[in-house]
Amino acid sequence: MAPIKIPFGPQHPALKEPESFNLVLEGEQIIDTEVKLGYNHRGIEKACESRNITQCIYLIERICGICSHSHSTAFTKAVEEIAAIEAPPRAQYIRTIVAELERIHSHLLWLGVAAHEVGFDTLFMYAWRDREVVMDLLALITGNRINYGMNTVGGVRRDIDSGQAKQVLESIRILVERTNYYLNVAINESIFKARLSGVGKLPQETALRLGAVGPTARASGIARDIRKDDPYAAYDQVGFKVVTDEQADIFGRTMVRVYELLESYRMIRELTEGLPEGPIAVKAPRKIPAGESVSRYEAPRGENIHYVRTNGTEIPERVKVRAPTLANLASIREMAKGGFLADFPIIIAAIDPCFSCADRMIRISGDRRGELWNWEQLRDYSIKWYQQRGVDLSHMG
Amino acid sequence: MDLVVRLVYMLIFPGFLFLVFYGMACDWVDRKLYARFQNRVGPPWFQPLADFIKLLSKEEIIPEAANQNMFRVLPVVALAAALTSFLYIPVWDLTAFYSFPADLVVVFYLLTIPTLAFFLAGWNSTSLFAALGSLRTLIQLFAYEVPLLIVLMGPALLAGTWTISEISAFFVQNPSLLGVNVIGLVVALVAIQGKLERRPFDIADAETEVVGGTFTEFSGRLLAIIHLVVNIEMVVLASLISAIFLGGSFGLGPIWGFILYLFKTLFIVTLLTLLKTLVARLRLEQMMKFCWKYLAPAALFQLLINIVVKAFLV
Repeated sequence: MAPIKIPFGPQHPALKEPESFNLVLEGEQIIDTEVKLGYNHRGIEKACESRNITQCIYLIERICGICSHSHSTAFTKAVEEIAAIEAPPRAQYIRTIVAELERIHSHLLWLGVAAHEVGFDTLFMYAWRDREVVMDLLALITGNRINYGMNTVGGVRRDIDSGQAKQVLESIRILVERTNYYLNVAINESIFKARLSGVGKLPQETALRLGAVGPTARASGIARDIRKDDPYAAYDQVGFKVVTDEQADIFGRTMVRVYELLESYRMIRELTEGLPEGPIAVKAPRKIPAGESVSRYEAPRGENIHYVRTNGTEIPERVKVRAPTLANLASIREMAKGGFLADFPIIIAAIDPCFSCADRMIRISGDRRGELWNWEQLRDYSIKWYQQRGVDLSHMG
Repeated sequence: MDLVVRLVYMLIFPGFLFLVFYGMACDWVDRKLYARFQNRVGPPWFQPLADFIKLLSKEEIIPEAANQNMFRVLPVVALAAALTSFLYIPVWDLTAFYSFPADLVVVFYLLTIPTLAFFLAGWNSTSLFAALGSLRTLIQLFAYEVPLLIVLMGPALLAGTWTISEISAFFVQNPSLLGVNVIGLVVALVAIQGKLERRPFDIADAETEVVGGTFTEFSGRLLAIIHLVVNIEMVVLASLISAIFLGGSFGLGPIWGFILYLFKTLFIVTLLTLLKTLVARLRLEQMMKFCWKYLAPAALFQLLINIVVKAFLV
């Protein structure tokens, strides 16, 4: 049978966001994969260059719905470093608590999605039901289920009072119980295990060469975790171990995430019980002095890098975001090679992709080559583009 | 008069109309139970009917490159085969209306036709995903069909007949022999899960892999008919299992016999739903391995038991 090429995306039931994968198949076996980015570019980096720092935090937070706190923390961390201010200890603790709660809800979400991709909808429903516990907790602490709006330059915007702390500990107790149950399911459910073991192999050397990050790298036996390697917030004051796994397949990635959940529960308990007294923020200047900074952050999906350059005004000169998905995308091709079509959805899902976070503008073609546009020009261009297709968006602010 | 009875039998009860509505009812039971097992609310009782009416009112799109007539006819062929197969299965009585010697083979053959029709329909759709789905349908057929046929042979061997009504009657006379076929019942339940393309064997229309699978290009009325066929197939298979492995209506007369029939078929549907809840989807090659390595030997073992029992006890 001659190889056939099938389009997997940009619109496909297994993909939650548009991204194009062209699969070359021989029967059911994948020979090669072609990854195409660029279906969901939103120009956030560019938009930041015409907004002041406070506005930027709001925009940056909306890069990702799931790991919104990771982006805003990475950004404020960079700005704080340039402005040479430090958030008070209580703020650092609260940031860390929210970050770990975010990791929990992201990993539970992932568990559900992974189960759905291999057709185990019962686990999907159960995992998402229990995710509501942590979502409620986040809503209680921050006021929002996602996009928490907790960070500001110099600290956090909301405090955790004793009642909330009690609720946190209570909810964590429920979650520990449920997670141990899922661990049991993942280890003992033979069909689920058979679908994950040995699938999407990514040997350690390959993972290193392709620059995999987060649980994807850790499941290949690489103990790479920014929380340990380059501690920020309160991570240097809390004990946790970096979970790794030697199986280098999707089952290993599942194990890493589930054990990370258990680590996160322990951390939250420790942080909530040892929350230091004091203010939750220090006053930050409106105008940030000129300078530049790179800030690294261990998001649920892996290493998140923000670069900020300021020029002494309220507005940053350049903001650059490298979301963890971009680092992991390269390994998809390697993982899929030789696998079955049936495994492809779970192979993509196993890196916990967030395509819109990682999306890049790919090319500027024709007579516009090399031209730099500002925000207004980009906006006019997009309005014209939509008008040609019969949609008028010019009235929108 | 005879003609009127025949028409009523074929078109109203227990033929077409009954099958359509009972199929929808089973579909609802399946969906509701599945939802409750998963801690969801589940659909209201009229949901399958509402879905059916909605699909009927929708636009029908046929791919230009597909053979138009074949595209239209294949779902109807599948429907006709599924409906016909039901006429040979006893419902409230021990004998089916159209029973004739060795009708079990005919029912089995008729039940294979929808699968083949679906394969052709997918292949004819000229869509990549439909082609992949229909290939999977056909490959799956070779995995579950053999174990299913072997386990159906077991009770037939004990009763010494290939006629469904007579097998039923035999077990009513010798109810203790029903216990012999337990392995066969389990194998049959797993195999019909494959025949109905339900989890863990929903490989042909696994949405995260091949989008809509075999039926990717179907819409409107044709899709409604296909859903109907799947529902009816479920009823027919549940009735067949009930008649062959559970002694059918046990000769309790029309009313109690019918109630027993409903009870048994719904029990089988519940078991199928439970199985669907508990497992993840297998890969195609895992399914082949499972069916040939475990299911077929188990079916053969059952056959061996039946031969021994037949030789020494009956």
